[in-house]
Amino acid sequence: MAASETSNGTALRYAFGNVLSFFILLLIGVLAFSIRLFSVIKYESVIHEFDPYFNYRVTQYLTKNGIYDFWNWFDDRTWYPLGRVIGGTVYPGLTLTAGTLYWILNSLNIPLSVETVCVFTAPIFSAFASWATYLLTKEVKGAGAGLTAAVLLAMVPSYISRSVAGSYDNEAVAIFALIFTFFLYIKTLNTGSLFYATLNAIAYFYMVCSWGGYTFIINLIPMHVLLCIVTGRYSSRLYIAYAPLVVLGTLLASLVPVVGFNAVLTSEHFGSFLVFIIIHVVALVYYIKGILSPKMFKVAVTLVVSIGLVVCCAVIAVLVALVASSPTKGWSGRSLSLLDPTYASKYIPIIASVSEHQPPTWPSYFMDINVLAFLVPAGIIACFSPLSDASSFVVLYIVTSVYFSGVMVRLMLVLAPAACIMSGIALSASFDVFTRSIKFQLPGVKGNSQVDAGDTSSEGVVAQNEVAKTYKNEEALKERPSKKNRKKEKEHVEKPSVKAQIKKRLLVLPFEASIIAILLLVLLGAFYVVHSVWAAAEAYSAPSIVLTSYSHDGLHVFDDFREAYSWLSHNTEVDDKVASWWDYGYQTTAMANRTVIVDNNTWNNTHIATVGTAMSSPEKAAWEIFDSLDVKYVLVVFGGLVGYPSDDINKFLWMVRIGGGVFPHIKEPDYLRDGQYRIDSQATPTMLNCLMYKLSYYRFVETDGKAFDRVRRTEIGKKHFKLTHFEEVFTTHHWMVRIYKLKPQKNRIRGKAKKSRSKASSTTSTKRSETQRKNPWH
Amino acid sequence: MEAQLSVRAILLLSLLPLLSLLARSSSVSHDIQIVNAERRIDLTSHIVKVFLTLKVENIGSSPVSDIYLAFPPTQVDHLALVKAAATVGKRKKKSYLPLGVNPTELPDAPNGTKYFSVSLVNPLSAGETLTIEVLYILTHSLEPFPVEISQSESQLVYYHDSAIILSPYDIKKQTTFLKTPSTKLESFTKVEPTNRAGTELKYGPYENQSPHSFSPVIVHFENNNPFAVVEELVREVEISHWGNLQITEHYKLMHAGARHKGVFSRVEYQSKPSFSGVSSFKNLLARLPPGVHSAYYRDEIGNISSSHLRTDPWKSELEIEPRYPLFGGWKSTFIIGYGLPLQDFLFESPDGRRYLNFSFGCPLVETVADKLTIKVVLPEGSKDPSAVVPFPVEQHLETKYSYLDIVGRTVVVLEKRNVVPEHNSPFQVYYTFNQVFMLAEPLMLASVFFFLFVTYVAYLHIDLSIRK
Repeated sequence: MAASETSNGTALRYAFGNVLSFFILLLIGVLAFSIRLFSVIKYESVIHEFDPYFNYRVTQYLTKNGIYDFWNWFDDRTWYPLGRVIGGTVYPGLTLTAGTLYWILNSLNIPLSVETVCVFTAPIFSAFASWATYLLTKEVKGAGAGLTAAVLLAMVPSYISRSVAGSYDNEAVAIFALIFTFFLYIKTLNTGSLFYATLNAIAYFYMVCSWGGYTFIINLIPMHVLLCIVTGRYSSRLYIAYAPLVVLGTLLASLVPVVGFNAVLTSEHFGSFLVFIIIHVVALVYYIKGILSPKMFKVAVTLVVSIGLVVCCAVIAVLVALVASSPTKGWSGRSLSLLDPTYASKYIPIIASVSEHQPPTWPSYFMDINVLAFLVPAGIIACFSPLSDASSFVVLYIVTSVYFSGVMVRLMLVLAPAACIMSGIALSASFDVFTRSIKFQLPGVKGNSQVDAGDTSSEGVVAQNEVAKTYKNEEALKERPSKKNRKKEKEHVEKPSVKAQIKKRLLVLPFEASIIAILLLVLLGAFYVVHSVWAAAEAYSAPSIVLTSYSHDGLHVFDDFREAYSWLSHNTEVDDKVASWWDYGYQTTAMANRTVIVDNNTWNNTHIATVGTAMSSPEKAAWEIFDSLDVKYVLVVFGGLVGYPSDDINKFLWMVRIGGGVFPHIKEPDYLRDGQYRIDSQATPTMLNCLMYKLSYYRFVETDGKAFDRVRRTEIGKKHFKLTHFEEVFTTHHWMVRIYKLKPQKNRIRGKAKKSRSKASSTTSTKRSETQRKNPWH
Repeated sequence: MEAQLSVRAILLLSLLPLLSLLARSSSVSHDIQIVNAERRIDLTSHIVKVFLTLKVENIGSSPVSDIYLAFPPTQVDHLALVKAAATVGKRKKKSYLPLGVNPTELPDAPNGTKYFSVSLVNPLSAGETLTIEVLYILTHSLEPFPVEISQSESQLVYYHDSAIILSPYDIKKQTTFLKTPSTKLESFTKVEPTNRAGTELKYGPYENQSPHSFSPVIVHFENNNPFAVVEELVREVEISHWGNLQITEHYKLMHAGARHKGVFSRVEYQSKPSFSGVSSFKNLLARLPPGVHSAYYRDEIGNISSSHLRTDPWKSELEIEPRYPLFGGWKSTFIIGYGLPLQDFLFESPDGRRYLNFSFGCPLVETVADKLTIKVVLPEGSKDPSAVVPFPVEQHLETKYSYLDIVGRTVVVLEKRNVVPEHNSPFQVYYTFNQVFMLAEPLMLASVFFFLFVTYVAYLHIDLSIRK
C-alpha cells in the first residue's frame, strides 16, 4: 500500500520534472535563437561578412535552378578566366539545409525570401545545437548537467560570433552536426544499439556535408576508441559504436563531391582506419579468449604475437607507402598548420594572411568563453568521479579542442561546446553537492533525508536551478514501472550513477559555506550571462558591410560598400570584369553580380599573386596585367578619409608578399623603408608609384588640402599626381570604395605600331594623337 | 540613333505644311473655326506641359458636338495625357466643365496626323462660340544635346514643336509661349514675329493660318532639372481585412537626361556642388497617403539608410536618397513599402460589395513612369473583382499565394504606360467578400496543432514493442 503510494508520488514528480525540463529546453531554444537577433534589431536583416555572401549566392542558385543544376554548376562569374566548379568544391550542407527550409516554407505558401531564410538559418541551428548539447551531456552526466550545458551553449560568445542572424556560414550548421554526431556516438557507446550507430553515420555524413572540420570527428572518435582499448575498457558496445561509423561514414563521406576519394586517400583519415584495424584485432583477441581455456589462450597469444608483428610491419609499410603516394603528400595546408602553428606563416602567405587563421591571444579566450575557462577544470575533475566511457570522451574532446583552439583562432568554435559541456557538468555537480549539504542540515527534513535525500531536495532546488531536480528524474527514471520507461530508458542500466550518488550523499559541507558557495556560483552565472549578452549585442552583431559610428550629432551610418556594389550592378555592363583584392570577391559577385578575378575561395595562388602583382606594380605594368585579364574596372577599398582601418593600404603588404611569392620581381624590401611600412614622405619610390597607392590616394589631397590619412595618422608622401591608364569612375560617399576604369588603349597608326612601341617618347605620342584627330578612320 | 530619328522627324515635319496644302482634309467639319488660340508650353521640368486655350466658333449652319485636336505623330507617342474643359460662365463666376477626350481616327489624315476628339456636353449650335481649355502632357520630349556631358557641364536639351498650332481648323489668331527653366537659351528657330523676354519665348501672333499648317521650330536651352524616369514601377496593394493595407512598390529608376561621360570625381562633386553635376539628382520625394506606418526603403542587397519620413494628419512625405547620386544614364532600383490603415481606403458600396479606393500613379514627385503596374491583391476568398479607373488601362487577373493560402488570392492587375503625376487620381476596385474567410487560416493553424497533440497523445498510448 505504502509502496504504491510512494511510487505514485515519484511517478507524478517524475512526470512534472519531465514537463518542466521540456519547457526549459524550449526556453533554451528561444534564448539561443533570440540572443542572436541583436544584429537584425540593431542593424537589419542582411547577410554578414564575406563568406556568407557566397553561401547566399549558392543558395539562390540552388533554389532557382534545382539540385541537379547545382551539382553541375560551373561558375563563370568568378576566377576569370578560369571559373570555378561550385558543385564539386563547396561543402553543400549549409546550402542544402537552407534550400530545404526555403522549399518547405514555400510549399506551405509562406513566401519568405531566400535571404530571410539564410539570415535566420544560423539562429535556428544554434537552438538545435543547444538541444544537442543537452542530449550529449545528459548521456555523459545526467539531465541536470545537460540542461546547464545547454543554457551555457545557448549563449556562449564564441559560438554567437559565428551564428548571429545573418552570419550564414558553414559553422552555423556544422556545430550542431558536430555535437549531434558526438551525442549519437556516446548514445551508441552507452546502449550498444546498431540503430544509433547507423544514425551516427548519417549525422557524420551531414557533418561532412557541412564543414571541413569533420576531420576533427574522424580523428577524435578513433582517439577515444584507442583510449578505451588501451585502458582496458573494450566492450562490444565500443565495437558497435565505432566499426559501423567508419564503414558507413567513409562510404557516405565519399559521396560528397568536395571530399570524394579524399575520404580514403588523405592522411587526415588514416588514423581512423588504423584504429579500425586495431579494434578488430582486439575484438578477435577477446573472442578467442572467450572460447579458449586460459592455458590454450597463452599458447595462442605467443603464436599470434609473433605472426602479428610481421603482419603489423607489413600493414605499416603499406600505410606509409599510401601516405607518400597520396595526391596531397599527406596533409593539406590548413591541417598542417594545425599541427605545426608556424607552418603556414612560413610557407603559405595566403593562409597566414587570413586573420582567423592566426593563433588567438589570451584575452580572446576570456572574451569568447569567459567564465567557462575557469569552470572547465572543475568539469574535468567531475568527469573523473567516476570515469565512464562517455565522460572519458568529453575529457578527450576538451583536451584536443583546447590544443586546436590555441593554433587557430577560428577553432575556438570547436572548443566552445566542449567548454560548455564541461562547465555544465561542473556547475551541475557543485550545485548538487551544495544543495544536498543544505538539505542534509535543514532541521525539518533531517530525518527524511537519510532515506530519500535525493527526492526531498527537489522543491528547494527548483527555485535555484533546474539542475538538481532533473538529476533526480534520472534516478526516478529507473524505478518507474511503466512500459514506456522500460522501452526508452533501459539503456541507462549501464550507468554507473547509483553507486556514485550514494557516495556523494556522504559529502556534506557546512551549511553557511554551501549557501555562500551557491550565491557565488549564481553570481558567476550572472556574470557570464551579462557578458554573453553584451558580446552578442555589441561585439559580434556588426554585419561589417555597413558600419556605424556614434558622434556628437548621433548615429552615423557608413554604407559605402553597398553603395559601390549597387553602382557596379546598375551602371556597368553585365559581363564586365572587376578586379579587386580577393577579400571583396564574394561580395562583388553576390551583390554587384559582376565577374571577378579572384575571390575568398583562395584556391589558385598564382591567380591571386597576379592580382597582387598588378596592385604592387607601377601604373603601366598594372594596366597591362589587368588588360590581359580583360579587366574593365578596378575596385580598391580606402579608409583614409574616415579612418576605416581594414582597407587595402593596410592589407597591401600581403599583396606584395603573395605577389612576390610567385613573381620574383616584386620584392618586399622595395616597399619598406628600413623594414618599416610607411606611406608618408619617407616611403620608398616603389611604394609611392605602385598602383594601390595611386588608386587609393588619387586626388585625396583635394579633400583637406594636406592629404592627411586618418588610418595611418600621417600625411601621405606623394600628393599631386595624375593617372594615365586609369580613370576614376566612381567613389563612394565616404571614399571607402573607389572604382577605376581602365582607359582603352590608344589607337595605333597602321604600320607604325612596332616603331612607336620601341621608342615611346612623348613626341611620338602627341604626333600620333594629332594624326588621329585629323583622320580618325585611319 | 535617337538623334537620327529626330532628324528624320524634323524633315518629315517640315514637309508637312507643303503636303497639307495639297491634301486638304475633308472629313473634319469646316463649320468650325478657331477665333483665338493661345498655347503655353511649360518646359521647366522634363515633363512638358502644354496649356492650350481655344476659342471656337461655329460658323456653319448645323450644330457641332465634336471638336478635334490634331497632333503630329512624333508627339502622339510621347503624349501622356490630354484633358479638356469647357469654360462656363462669365469672368467672375467662371468655372470649368470637364469634357471627354478620346483618340479618334480620321480618314485621310495628312502625314499620319493623329486626332483626339473633344466631345462637347451641349453641341455647339450655329454662330455660338465656346472657350475650351486643353492640357496635354508630353514625356521624353526634351532631347539632350549634347547627348553626353561630363560632370562639370550643364545639361542642354532640344525641344521640337511647331510654331503654328497644328489643327484641322482655320485659326484666325494664335500665339505660343514657351517657358524655359533658366535664361540660358542656346538657340531657337525664328519664325517672325518671335520675341524673347527672360525665361519666356513668344511665337506669334500669327494670323489666318489654314488647317494643318505646320512650322517646325527647335529650341535649344539649358535644363538642369532632374530627369527622373521610373522605367518600371510595380505597386502591389495587399488588402487584409484584419485592418491593414500593405503597399510594396518596386522601382527601376533612371536618369533620362544627357548621359554622363568619363570621370566621376567625388571630390569635385562634394566640394563644388554649384557647378559639378548640376543635372544629377540625389534625392527624391515620395508623397504617400496620410497615416503611413512601418515604412521601409531598401533594395535587393539590403536597407538603404538615407531616408526621412515626415508624417502629419494630412499627408506623409518620404524623402529618399538612392545609394548614389544619379547622373545621366545611371540607373538604380529600390523598393518602398508601407502600411496604411484599412478604414481610410476600403469602403462598402450600397449594393453590399466592398471597394478599395486608392490613388493611381507614381508617388514620386515630378517623375515619369514609363510602365506602371498596379496589383491589387484581394483577400483570399473574394469574388467578382472589377476595377474602375478614370482613364484607359490594361487589366487582367492573376492568382497569388501568400501566407498559408490554399485557394490563392485574386490579384487585379492594372497596367498603364507613360504615367505622369497628373494621373494620381483615385481608382476603385470592387469585390465581394465573405467575412467567414477571415477565420480560415487561424482555424487551419489551430486544427493542425490540435491534431499534432492528438497524435502525440495517441502515440503515448500505443505500444509497438515486439516482445511483451
